[in-house]
Order: sequence, then structure tokens, then C-alpha cells
Amino acid sequence: MRNVRQGKRVGTKKGIPEGRLLKMEELRFGTELIKRGFASMQKGGVIMDVVNAEQAKIAEEAGAVAVMSLERVPSDIRKAGGVARMADPEKVLEIIDAVSIPVMGKVRIGHFVEAQVLESLGVDMIDESEVLTPADEQYHIDKKKFTIPFVCGARDLGEALRRIHEGAAMIRTKGEAGTGNVVEAVRHMRAIMGSIRALSGMDRQEMTDYARDIEAPAELVIECAERGRLPVVNFSAGGIATPSDAALMMQLGADGVFVGSGIFKSSNPERMAKAIVEAVNHFNDPAVIAKASKGLGDAMPGLDVHKLSPDEVLQHRGR
Amino acid sequence: MDGKIGVLALQGNVSEHIGAFERALSAMGHGTASSVFPVRKPADLDGCSALAIPGGESTTISRLIEKNRLYEPIRTFHGGIFATCAGMVLVATRVMDSRVRPLGLIDIAVDRNAFGRQKDSFETDLVLKGVTGGSFHAVFIRAPVVQTAGAGVTVLSRIPRGIVAVEQGRHMALSFHPELGGDTRLHERFLRNLGL
Repeated sequence: MRNVRQGKRVGTKKGIPEGRLLKMEELRFGTELIKRGFASMQKGGVIMDVVNAEQAKIAEEAGAVAVMSLERVPSDIRKAGGVARMADPEKVLEIIDAVSIPVMGKVRIGHFVEAQVLESLGVDMIDESEVLTPADEQYHIDKKKFTIPFVCGARDLGEALRRIHEGAAMIRTKGEAGTGNVVEAVRHMRAIMGSIRALSGMDRQEMTDYARDIEAPAELVIECAERGRLPVVNFSAGGIATPSDAALMMQLGADGVFVGSGIFKSSNPERMAKAIVEAVNHFNDPAVIAKASKGLGDAMPGLDVHKLSPDEVLQHRGR
Repeated sequence: MDGKIGVLALQGNVSEHIGAFERALSAMGHGTASSVFPVRKPADLDGCSALAIPGGESTTISRLIEKNRLYEPIRTFHGGIFATCAGMVLVATRVMDSRVRPLGLIDIAVDRNAFGRQKDSFETDLVLKGVTGGSFHAVFIRAPVVQTAGAGVTVLSRIPRGIVAVEQGRHMALSFHPELGGDTRLHERFLRNLGL
């Protein structure tokens, strides 16, 4: 990239077409197309939470499309309590150096300086995440100001479209992180997919009215109706703990999955990671999922989300 | 001639390639006899005259090719290969990274993530040899480049960092993503080279 940015001519040979200089002004960085395009390349993939270089290598080896660099996985964030923040830059860099797949990082909702820091470190995508303690209870980050793309959580269509309007290039349904319980992930995916299906029975006026109800921009509601899906890639997250959980979310319409505590809190992370990749790749083939699920050992211990106290529920952060 | 076009559907930008080939076929006046299918297992290649290998994560797709026993069937595939981004890495003879097992279909040595990280991804307009109708708007996302190309390889475009578009026989490989955006000239050129 350095050479292209400086417009320096490298290795141009006689007779090779198009040896002209590419000047800085001819290159455009951080456009909407590039951001959404990056997210689109992750489709059909598994993005895994990792807290160090060793875990990152296990994830890459298992076939993850990207890793999420974190200080602690969500189930440990729950246990630790207190304010959960962006990971230490040293940790993020350690993970960036360990793998060749994209590295993502989490920042607190509204904490645009944490996002600036991660961008400067070379992180490929930022997750503005309810798993960390929110820094702003009114505003999310103005994501259009950044060169790198963002992924944001959502529980329903209105929330997803508000995030897309702010510049999110990817949505992940929130689920309830760190519980190992898929029930909230299912609820949120069904809510979004169901709302989009319902749009097909509405005319323009009804859609405009509906957009007002769900507090979303009307043009984005209309775009969903035309495409029959969200305008950006939609992954599932928050509670996926087994290969069957992952395949369930894919069959419900997810473009891919994030697995947080589910891998490195299981008894055999290497095998669990590979099995979940396999299940996502063959999400419509029960025989393959059965084979991948055999003898995996214990999945992460789960939590009943109905027994969480209100301040332990992460999904209500940000709206 | 009518054709069946396969798009390797293991991971990545699959539906965009299917859409782009469908638009290219319709622009070329093909009827319903030509169609585009996802390829997930060796039997899906039967009767295909072309195979697209889309962008995605090359390490992930490489592992899934092995896992789904597609390595030999693709390596010995008789039709044309249309490879973009991660696909370009996979069809090379040499890759500067042991995490990918290249298929050796095009005589090129490829450098993965040659421009840096996502913040260095860019859009630009390229002039492509033999492609009429003006420059081509190209989207580079954590893109590879060709470092060296063998004698049998035709270079279609080069930028300062390296070669970004090549052809060899029926095959075409691109560093960028022609399936993002509505321009199907490269898809059409590839199909015409196959006699479709």
C-alpha cells in the first residue's frame, strides 16, 4: 500500500499495459462500498472471540474468517463485573501479529476515542458492543467518520436500521452474550427476519407509517422491502454454544455467526471451533452437523436468561 | 452455446457472483438454458463449463476446499476458472503463505493482503487491456497482488504495487471485486473467451 499511496512506480516493465502512476487522489479509502464489501467477504463464516495470540491461532487453524480481540470473553466479563472497556492495545497488537485473517475489536457504545485508538492500531473492523459498559447513553458512534467498517448489535428491525443509518456496515443480532443460551439470539433473529417478511404485504404509505413506529428512516425500510433482507450483512451473536446452535441461526437466516465464550469456555476449544465452522458450512445438512457434534466434550456452562437480574442483562444497552 | 456456470459456495461473496453472472448472461442475450449454480461438493461440478471462485478469506476457503474433497476436482476441472481476490490466491501456483494450499491453475506467484489492513482497502479506476468502454471501477478489499507471472500469462492490468488482473487460457484472475458494483464487462469477457 505504501507504494501505491506515494504514487511510486514499482516494477513497471516495457510492454506491460497500464504502467501509469496511481496517484493518491485516484484512490478512495473507507467508502461505503468498501466497508460493506469487507463485511460481505465474511459471509458464511464464523468470527471467534479470542483473548490472546494462542487462541487466535487456534481460531485461524479451525477456519474462522476473523477473530474478535478482547480482554476477556463475555462470560468472564459477567463474572468480573465493574466497567468493561476496550482491550489493552498490547493485547490487540499481539493478536494482529499472530494471524493473517482480519482482526476485529470491541469498543464501548458511544466511545469514539476507543474506536479511533483501535483504528490506529490496524484493527480491520470495530464492534460497537453492548457487551462492554456503555460510554454514552444517548448517542452511538458516528461511524461514517471512520475509514474502517463497524458492526453493531440489534434486537429488532428498527434498532438495526438506526445503526445502519449511523454507518454500520454489518449488523449482528445481540442475543444475550456470555450465557451459552441461544434463546435470545433466536428471538432477535426471528424479530428482524419476521419484520422484513411482513414488509412484503405493505404499500409505500404503510411502510412510511411503519418506519415511524419502529423509529427508523423510511428509505431504509423501503430498501429492506425491495431487497427482502437488510441492506448489510447480518450475523448472529450472543449465546451460541454448540454446532447445532450455529446451524440453527444459519437456518433462521443469519449470514454467519459470532461465537464468544462458546469456544474457549468449552472443554475442547480446538474441536469445538472446527465443529462450529463445519456446522455453519453445512447448516442444511443434519448428517454433517451430527458428525461434527460427536464427542465434543462439554459445551460452555449455560445461564438461564430469565434468572439474570435486570442489571446483568446486556441486550438493553443501546437502542 | 449454452452453459452451466458454477460459483464455489463455501464461504464469502457467493450471492454477488451469482447475481453478476446472471446479469452478464442476460446482457449477452442468453436465455434460460444458461444458468448459474452454487458449488459445494464435487458432484456439483458435473456439466459446468465455468467455475467462479469468489472473494472471502483465502485460508478459510482453502481449508473448506480440502474438507469438502474439492481440491482435485477443481485442480483437474476442464472448464474456465474466474477467480477474484481470495480466489486469485487459491488458483496461483505459488502463494507466499503456507496457510493456503494453492491449486496451481494459473502460473502466478501471489502475495496475500498485499496492500495492508482494511484501512488500506481502496477503490480506483483501472484501464484493462482489451476491455473496451472506458476504465473499470475496481474495489480492492484486503486484496492480493501478483508478484510474478509466467510466460503464458497475459497481464491485463498493473498498478504500482503489482499485477492486479491476468488471463491464462480460459482462466481469469483479478485482485479486485468486479461483482461489487454493476459493471459486468469482465464477467462477459470471461464467458466470451469460453465461447459462451
